[in-house]
Amino acid sequence: MGVIRFDNVGRVFGAKSNPFVALKEIDLEVGDKEFVAIVGPSGCGKTTCLRLVAGFDFPSSGKVLVDEQPIRRPRPERAVVFQQFALFPWKTVHDNIELGLRNQSVAKAEREERINRILELMNLTAYAKHFPHQLSGGMQQRVAIARAYVLDPDVLLMDEPFGALDAQTRVVMQEELVRLARRNPRTVLFITHAVEEAVYLADRVAIMTRAPGRIKEVLDIRSIREAEDWDSYEKIEDVMDLESFVHLRTHIWRSLREEKAAATA
Amino acid sequence: MPKRIDFMRSVLLGFLGLALFLGLWHGLSASGMVSPLFLPSPVEVLERFSTLLERRFAGATLPAHLAASFERFAYGFILAAAIGIPLGLLMGWFQILDEIVSPIFDGLRFIAPIAWVPFAALWFGTGIGGPIMIIFAGAFPPCVINAYRGAKFVDPRLIEAARMLGTPNHRVITEILLPASVPSIISGLRVSAGLGWQSLVGAELIVASTGVGYLMVMGQANVSTTTVMSGMIAIGLVGLALDTALRFAERMIQRRRGLEV
Repeated sequence: MGVIRFDNVGRVFGAKSNPFVALKEIDLEVGDKEFVAIVGPSGCGKTTCLRLVAGFDFPSSGKVLVDEQPIRRPRPERAVVFQQFALFPWKTVHDNIELGLRNQSVAKAEREERINRILELMNLTAYAKHFPHQLSGGMQQRVAIARAYVLDPDVLLMDEPFGALDAQTRVVMQEELVRLARRNPRTVLFITHAVEEAVYLADRVAIMTRAPGRIKEVLDIRSIREAEDWDSYEKIEDVMDLESFVHLRTHIWRSLREEKAAATA
Repeated sequence: MPKRIDFMRSVLLGFLGLALFLGLWHGLSASGMVSPLFLPSPVEVLERFSTLLERRFAGATLPAHLAASFERFAYGFILAAAIGIPLGLLMGWFQILDEIVSPIFDGLRFIAPIAWVPFAALWFGTGIGGPIMIIFAGAFPPCVINAYRGAKFVDPRLIEAARMLGTPNHRVITEILLPASVPSIISGLRVSAGLGWQSLVGAELIVASTGVGYLMVMGQANVSTTTVMSGMIAIGLVGLALDTALRFAERMIQRRRGLEV
C-alpha cells in the first residue's frame, strides 16, 4: 500500500514576527500506485510538499499521512530521488545501490540478485564498479532511481529528478521512467516545473499557486491518456503531437501564466 | 605538459628563495658585524650537522636523537588522531555530545602544550609518558576540530539520502561522515602533525634525556650554537617531510574520487 494524504496542510518558515507562509490549506490525495505530478512556478512550495512526505520536514498545521499514519521520520518505504542525484561519491554504483538493502539486513545473496536485476533494468550492468563521477548526469540519475527502486518502496518521491539533465537526456529518462512506472507501478509523487513532463508522466497533475502555495487545480490525465492510448506510442514526441496532449498542456500553461501575471501585477 | 613546466618553475623559485636566504645569512656572518658565537655561518652549521650525523653528542648521534623524538611523536600523534577523529565525528552527528564536550574542549585547547610540562613531569617523571602527553596536547585539538567541521559540513542532501535509505547512526558515521570528511580530516592532521612536532621539542627541552630537543639543550649548555642550529635544521627537515607525506596522502585520496587537485 502507499496512499498519501495531505489534510489541510500548512507550512510556515521563519520567525514568528516575520513569517513566510510556504504552504496553505493543501488538500491532496495520491492513491495507491497512482502517479501524481505537482507543477508550479519556482518557489511555490512544491518541493516542501515532497519533503513533508519524505519526513525531512514537518507541517506547521494539518496532517500529512501515508496509509493513514502520520510521518515521523524518513523511511526506506518512502524512497526519494533528488534533483542533484545525491549519490555517495566514495561508493561505487553497486555500493550506492547496496546501502539501503544492507540497512534492511537483506542477506548477501539476495542483495546481489536484487542489485543485478535493477542494474539490468536500468541499463547499468556494465557500470557497477564505476564511481559516480565517472558517469554522465543521466547515468547518475539512473543510479539514483535504481537505488530507490531496489528497496521496493511503497512510495517513490521524485524532486525534479530530470531538472539537472540536458534536454536530450531528459527525454530518454522520461521515456524510461514511463516504461518503468507502467511495468512496475508505485505510488509516485513527482515534482517538476516542466509542464510537458508532468502531462507525459502523470496520472493526475496538480497545479500549485505561488506563495502562499495552494493547490489551484487537479487535472485528470489518465482517463485521457487511456482513451487516446498514449502508451501505444513509443516516442515522447509522437505523444506530444497529439491533440489531446496539446490541449492539456495549453490548459496548464494558461493556468500557470495567470499565476505569474497575478504575481507581477 | 604545462603542468610539468609549472612544477619545474615552482621548484626553481623555491631554490631561488633558499639561495637568497643562505646568501644573506652567509653575508651577515662573513661581514664580521656579528660575532660567530652569536650567529654561526651556514658553512660552520653544515659542518657541525654532518659531524653530528656520525659523532655522538649528548649520548647519541643526531639520527639516533631524531629517532627517539620521532618515536615519542608517533605515539602522541597516533593517540591524538585515534581519539580525536572519532570524537570530532561523534560531536558532529550527536548534538547532545557537542553541547556537553564543546565548552570544556574550547577552554582547554587554548592552553599551550608547553604549559602542561610541569604536570607532565609531575605525573610521568622522565618516562615516555610526559612527552607523549605534551605532544597529545598539541596534536589533539586540530584532529577534533577538523573531524567535527568535516562532519558538520557534509552536503545535507547526502545526509538526507542516507536517512531515507534507513541508515543507522553507526553506519552514517563510518560510511557517510567519515569518508565525506576525509579532506578536512587530513588538513587537520597536517596542522596536528605540525603542532605535535613543535610541542615535542618543547617537551624534550625539559623532560627528556634523549631526543633532538635534549640535544639542543645540551648544545646550549656547551655554548655550541652550531649544535643548536643543527637541531633546528633537523626539526625543520623532518617537519617538512611529514607535511609532504600527508599532502601526498591527501592528493591520492582526492584523485581516487575524481577530484583532481
